[in-house]
Amino acid sequence: MDLISGEKLEKMTSMEKIRLILDKVKTGRIVVLESGLSPDEEVRLIEMTMTEIRVDEFSGIEIESYPTKKGGSFFDKLLGKAGKGRMTVIGPANQLRTIEKDQYQISTKVSVGD
Amino acid sequence: MGVINSLKCNLGAWIRRIFKKKRAKIGLYGPPNAGKTTLANRIVHDWSDGGSLGTVSSIPHETRRAVRREGVIINGNGSSIELDIVDTPGMATKIDFMEFMAYGMSEEEAKKRAKEATEGVIEAIKWLDDLDGVLLVMDATEDPYTQVNVTVIGNMEARGLPLLIVANKIDLPESSPARIKAAFPQHNMVTISALEGSNIDELYQAIAANFG
Repeated sequence: MDLISGEKLEKMTSMEKIRLILDKVKTGRIVVLESGLSPDEEVRLIEMTMTEIRVDEFSGIEIESYPTKKGGSFFDKLLGKAGKGRMTVIGPANQLRTIEKDQYQISTKVSVGD
Repeated sequence: MGVINSLKCNLGAWIRRIFKKKRAKIGLYGPPNAGKTTLANRIVHDWSDGGSLGTVSSIPHETRRAVRREGVIINGNGSSIELDIVDTPGMATKIDFMEFMAYGMSEEEAKKRAKEATEGVIEAIKWLDDLDGVLLVMDATEDPYTQVNVTVIGNMEARGLPLLIVANKIDLPESSPARIKAAFPQHNMVTISALEGSNIDELYQAIAANFG
């Protein structure tokens, strides 16, 4: 399992984050992002995942994050920064399974050695 | 999304709201088997020249290509709006051909469907850049905190575009629209049964109010 700090994520471009996540997840690692991804990055991650699905090799990802927090200043909203990413866990679909999730807690089950 | 693009995107959405655009391109989004195509077919049946947008099946990812129907005029609450309805393939973060084999498909058929389903998800995502609003269809019998729901809502909020949550399948005894409302309280929600047509007039009024 890799826990990636918000500081490291801030220094990376969207594509670098997505590539890092997919490379790790495809080798069976679980990735926890301290500050999560932006909504646009989340959707691009799903898009990229779809292009990399291979029969018998990689069936996709399990990704869990909390709903974005509403709020922010007038200028944050104007610049589309109102919804800041929150902690996110991502893993291979065949190893990470969500048991329960609500606004404040994500419970997952991790299978090892699948 | 860059700052300039984000600024353009949000300003565009605000200007559209100020001038109350009377024609809008609306996408039906949601996880597989939420009832998107059943709802799209009902809208087209009620407000267009009939026909259907797609076939409906209990097997996930039945819709694997986005289908658009232009010029659907919906009246509600004394106002009308002309919509281009886009029925999109179900969004997912994983697609395993074995899931389709559990429905009795051969391995070859299942693998073909899985490949087409991945292409469908990509197509649904591409459509997000070209819409004026989204009807997010959720199965009210399922847990609403799916990543697809969270991601679609996050994207619409970030783009400043209108979103209406449709809690579908209220004809089923185990449905719980209250759970959806509790999960996403900041967004308007309408509870319906697309299959039986329950509360469908309420949905049309909400569409006219939210996207008109």
